[in-house]
Amino acid sequence: MTEFATSPANKQRARKTWRLHPLWLTAPGLLFLAVFLAWPTLKLMLLSFQDSDGHFSLDVWSQMFGAGIYVKVTLNTFVIALQTTLACLLIAYPVAYWLAQLSENTRRRLMWLILLPFWTSALLKNFAWMVLLSRRGILSEMLMGLGADQPLNVLYTRGVVVFAMVHSMLPLAIITMLPTMTSIDSRLMPASHTLGASRAQAFWRIFFPLSMPGLIASCLLIFIGSLGFFITPALLGSPQDSVIGQLLITQVQQLLNWRLAGAIAMLLLVVTLLVCIGYDKLFGMSSIAGGEGHASSPRIRAVGYALVAVMARISDILASLLSLFGKPRLGWLLTLFSVLVIAVLILPVVSFLPMAFSSSSFLQFPPPGFSLRWMETYLESPIWTGATARSFGIALVTGVLAVIIATTAAFGLARHQGKSGSVVVMTFLLPMIVPNIVTAVALFYLFATLGLVGSNLGIILGHTVMAIPVVFIIILTTFKNYDWRLDQAAGTLGASRLRVIWDVTLPLIKGSMVAAFIFGFLNSFEELTVALFVGGGVKQTLPKQMWDDVLLSVTPTLAAASVIILTIVTLLFIVAERSRRKAEAL
Amino acid sequence: MLSTIKLQAEQIGKTYGQTTVLQNLDLAVNSGELLTLLGPSGSGKTTLLQIISGLTDPTDGRLLIDGRDETHTPVHQRDIGVVFQNYALFPHLTLEENVGFPLRMRRLPAAEIARKVKEALEMVELGHAAKRFPRALSGGQQQRVALARCLVYQPSVILMDEPLGALDRKLRESMQMEIKRIHRESGATIIFVTHDQEEALALSDRICLMNEGKIAQIDTPENIYQQPQSTFVAEFIGLSNILRGEVRNGTLVNPQGLFALPAASALAGLGALVIRPEHVRLCAADDALVHGKISERIYAGSETRLVVTLDKGERFIVRSSQASVGAIGDTVSLNWDVANARLLTA
Repeated sequence: MTEFATSPANKQRARKTWRLHPLWLTAPGLLFLAVFLAWPTLKLMLLSFQDSDGHFSLDVWSQMFGAGIYVKVTLNTFVIALQTTLACLLIAYPVAYWLAQLSENTRRRLMWLILLPFWTSALLKNFAWMVLLSRRGILSEMLMGLGADQPLNVLYTRGVVVFAMVHSMLPLAIITMLPTMTSIDSRLMPASHTLGASRAQAFWRIFFPLSMPGLIASCLLIFIGSLGFFITPALLGSPQDSVIGQLLITQVQQLLNWRLAGAIAMLLLVVTLLVCIGYDKLFGMSSIAGGEGHASSPRIRAVGYALVAVMARISDILASLLSLFGKPRLGWLLTLFSVLVIAVLILPVVSFLPMAFSSSSFLQFPPPGFSLRWMETYLESPIWTGATARSFGIALVTGVLAVIIATTAAFGLARHQGKSGSVVVMTFLLPMIVPNIVTAVALFYLFATLGLVGSNLGIILGHTVMAIPVVFIIILTTFKNYDWRLDQAAGTLGASRLRVIWDVTLPLIKGSMVAAFIFGFLNSFEELTVALFVGGGVKQTLPKQMWDDVLLSVTPTLAAASVIILTIVTLLFIVAERSRRKAEAL
Repeated sequence: MLSTIKLQAEQIGKTYGQTTVLQNLDLAVNSGELLTLLGPSGSGKTTLLQIISGLTDPTDGRLLIDGRDETHTPVHQRDIGVVFQNYALFPHLTLEENVGFPLRMRRLPAAEIARKVKEALEMVELGHAAKRFPRALSGGQQQRVALARCLVYQPSVILMDEPLGALDRKLRESMQMEIKRIHRESGATIIFVTHDQEEALALSDRICLMNEGKIAQIDTPENIYQQPQSTFVAEFIGLSNILRGEVRNGTLVNPQGLFALPAASALAGLGALVIRPEHVRLCAADDALVHGKISERIYAGSETRLVVTLDKGERFIVRSSQASVGAIGDTVSLNWDVANARLLTA
């Protein structure tokens, strides 16, 4: 500071001598993530460089790259992740574009149809596809009815794996792209028209480049998410077509081969980090957390704009070819496409309802008749009700824990202005970037030494790690938009610092905290990966119970359980959205 | 002055559902003139501008440009330039890319684009900032880029939608000069939308004053100020003192008394006598037309403005060049030359 002489600067210095720096408030959260994420992950990865006596060795690595199966699985994983990402972007972009053109109110209403599948766990959605796409499923029956000569045989193929993965990731892609699109100044398009740009030119040269940050961010999130994804390939894929995640599960759960598991985890993590670093170099990481990305280098820009110009030219030629056939209006095509996509998104979510109340003794869609027998089976089974109660309790504690950690940290970050803040923010988002399965295996390893495997506490700690990013983002956004002058005003009116927090700050952010808690709760309530490893087969959560059941035998009890989960998820989701809306209106 | 008609609106109407925004509007804009569309918000001036630019289709009527019917020509095929209220610069393009955009759309050779962009940016004195992005510029600089982007392809009609609204007073005045200069040098037809009457008076060849979707009066700034056709015009442009009453035997009967009417006032029934503040004089009680008390006194440097509340409650505004004239609470007498008053339909 150069202006020592001025009185405000002096005052600030004087205050700093007795008040803790606000960044200290992020310390509990950082410590938590260090102990339960960074430390176990590092330890797990280091295992891969040791031999059975603990000496340095690269045996595991040579074993991994030597055996064709590992290389094949790794390649497989990449190809599936790439296919999923590409398909997701191609489908999500037009839908997000369509949504962005709608009026604010209509869009809000339609977003429910996208957010509901978003909050429905991948396990449920994939389970539904298992039934719907089976040889005797509704699609097969319909095709037969239309004259197909043999039943549909798509399950356990690559195509259906990519389809179901795209289906699982699509809501995330759409909600990542949409904010960028809606924030594009709506006057720019008319402006470009007056300057001589056709609709195609305006779209490619103006709208498309401006929507890039959202497109790239969702590309990154989906690719990373797909790399560690194992639920879809396990449920819908062929055993010959497995992915890294499945390999990891086998190595840990069946073979207890920790060193190989460490190597696989490291491989996944390194690739993920490389993708992130590449992304950061090209576009700036901060744009993913809602900040402004920095401008990319001139060369990339030039290439980008050349591409865009070519696309615009092609579209123009297509448009002039089309105009030979009169002036066909094609806007409805986009609407039709978007409505279809949204319908397919929501379909598996609603299809559980009839299946759970089916009178048939196996899973069938549509059901032959109505009955409550499967609901009764569910409610009378101590295994199912026990798992439900445990999931509920675990989710409750996880939600509270995550909210406390995230609120303290977000409060500290919001009061702090400086460059170091963004590093801390990125750290809190780490559980989102480290593949879930790596986190879960690392925690399993750590808890095995602490005796926490198969305990509720172990699952709670793991779930809290997983829930922190989403809870943290919600609360941080609230604090960023918070008007701190209100606190200052309360101070000038005579309130002490604690009273200010209690009487002014907390009431104002209450709505967001409720929403954040619920999203943390939901995250834990539907979490499978951590429960799969840390639960140790002893403490069954509801998703874990379902997972075991799906793999063994598919019964309508599963559908009944799904309906229970969906009801809870939907109700809580409505409450969360309401309270968030209310908080925004304040 | 011999002038050809550049742009003609014929019986233009625009309705959104039940609300009528424009009603049977006729407007002819001469080639090379600077016409302002002036009016309160909601008067339809922006809608009219959008119809001319092609961003909105009219519900009724035709639009002729150079005698051709261009009512339904798509926006990007019209030879019209628009400067938007908030500039609408493309945030992802540099200044030179922004300015070059219309030229690329017209597929000019690269060398020619480069030359024209350079000239245009230099004209608005931003040649040094060609590689920068719009967000790095101040409001006034962004405004100049928007102007350059519009002028670079030399459209024969330029529409400006409150382009100076977001600038502070000083900058606004210097930009007005700039626009006048550009208008003189380019010879383009400019239609300028504003709600600021001073800006309209300062800039225009003619002012088209709009109210409730119709043209209230279209005339030169001098005529529109000195010979308003209605009380709306008189009250919207400049300050006016208005006495309302019944016209009887060549006088206006008002609670304040009887007032003589200017010559050639052929109006019967209800009328409004309009006297501009600069034509009202403080006078001796014997010569007074009205009496009142000074209720407010505003010193404005070059003049002092008095608000006089008349005996029957009406308010009169008087301008005086004397700094020390009157004090609040003083009783004063006022009169004016009948020739400076105007009788309008009430």
